[in-house]
Amino acid sequence: MDRDEDAELLARLRAGDEQAFVILVRRHHAAMLRLARGYVPSMAVAEEVVQDTWLGVVRGIGGFEGRSSVRTWLLRILVNRARTAGTRERRSVAIGDPEPAVDGSRFDGTGHWAEPPERWIEEAEGRVDAAKMAGRLRSAVEDLPGRQREVVTLRDIEGLTSEEVCSVLDISEVNQRVLLHRGRSRLRQALETEFGRP
Amino acid sequence: MPFKLRLSRRELVCQQAVELVTDYLEGALSRSDRRRFEAHLAGCPHCTEYLAQMRATIELTGSLSADDLPETVQDEFIDLYRRWQAGGDGRDDRDAGEEPPGAGLR
Repeated sequence: MDRDEDAELLARLRAGDEQAFVILVRRHHAAMLRLARGYVPSMAVAEEVVQDTWLGVVRGIGGFEGRSSVRTWLLRILVNRARTAGTRERRSVAIGDPEPAVDGSRFDGTGHWAEPPERWIEEAEGRVDAAKMAGRLRSAVEDLPGRQREVVTLRDIEGLTSEEVCSVLDISEVNQRVLLHRGRSRLRQALETEFGRP
Repeated sequence: MPFKLRLSRRELVCQQAVELVTDYLEGALSRSDRRRFEAHLAGCPHCTEYLAQMRATIELTGSLSADDLPETVQDEFIDLYRRWQAGGDGRDDRDAGEEPPGAGLR
């Protein structure tokens, strides 16, 4: 998307262009902060991790070799730093552990819906206060187990491609999809629980 | 794994279909699994609703993004950048340790 533009900004930053730095920060800082927040116990520590990342970028700018997008490169540096700084309990569910998209008790013995999905789309998208919906959804994202939260945040909030997510988090395509599936399924359930009408 | 899907079966049941939604949306299903999934949806209003809810979930999650960086934060970064350029690390409570090029890239 902004790939070429970012690479050009990085080249300008290498040459000491302050404005290029400001544009890069404006473009990527919020996403970095959201991602870092998932690893560390407070927003203050997250800000520190992001600042450290920018410092590393300014100092170690020669490290970018153009094999990935600038965004992927930035987020990889960030994740490495955040993992080092992170003391937050990871709450990771091992990928091998089963985790159904929908609780098994909602299906009958033949695998058909016994308790079908309650309707909530109209409620969540229209009738309910948008701020209330966003607040509920934000806290559901917060409550996701660590790796599901990372993948959902990067894919669905920051809009990275699956390839970029795999590169940032160093996971396989298949694991990326499993984590995305579990995370999105939990969010759907949270919205149903909050806004559903049988 | 109890949720392992046996797609050799001719027809999907709902409990299997909901596990395929992400692979379906990601375009990761084989052509035959995709056909089987769509055939199930065609006859199942509940799973059709479920798929719509997953799409709505993705869309709503996407709307959480993009808070613009406040001007004050941008100004702070201009200050930091100038200090970094001058050789400091921008903080008072730490030693200004040198950062090797590419640090953080492992």
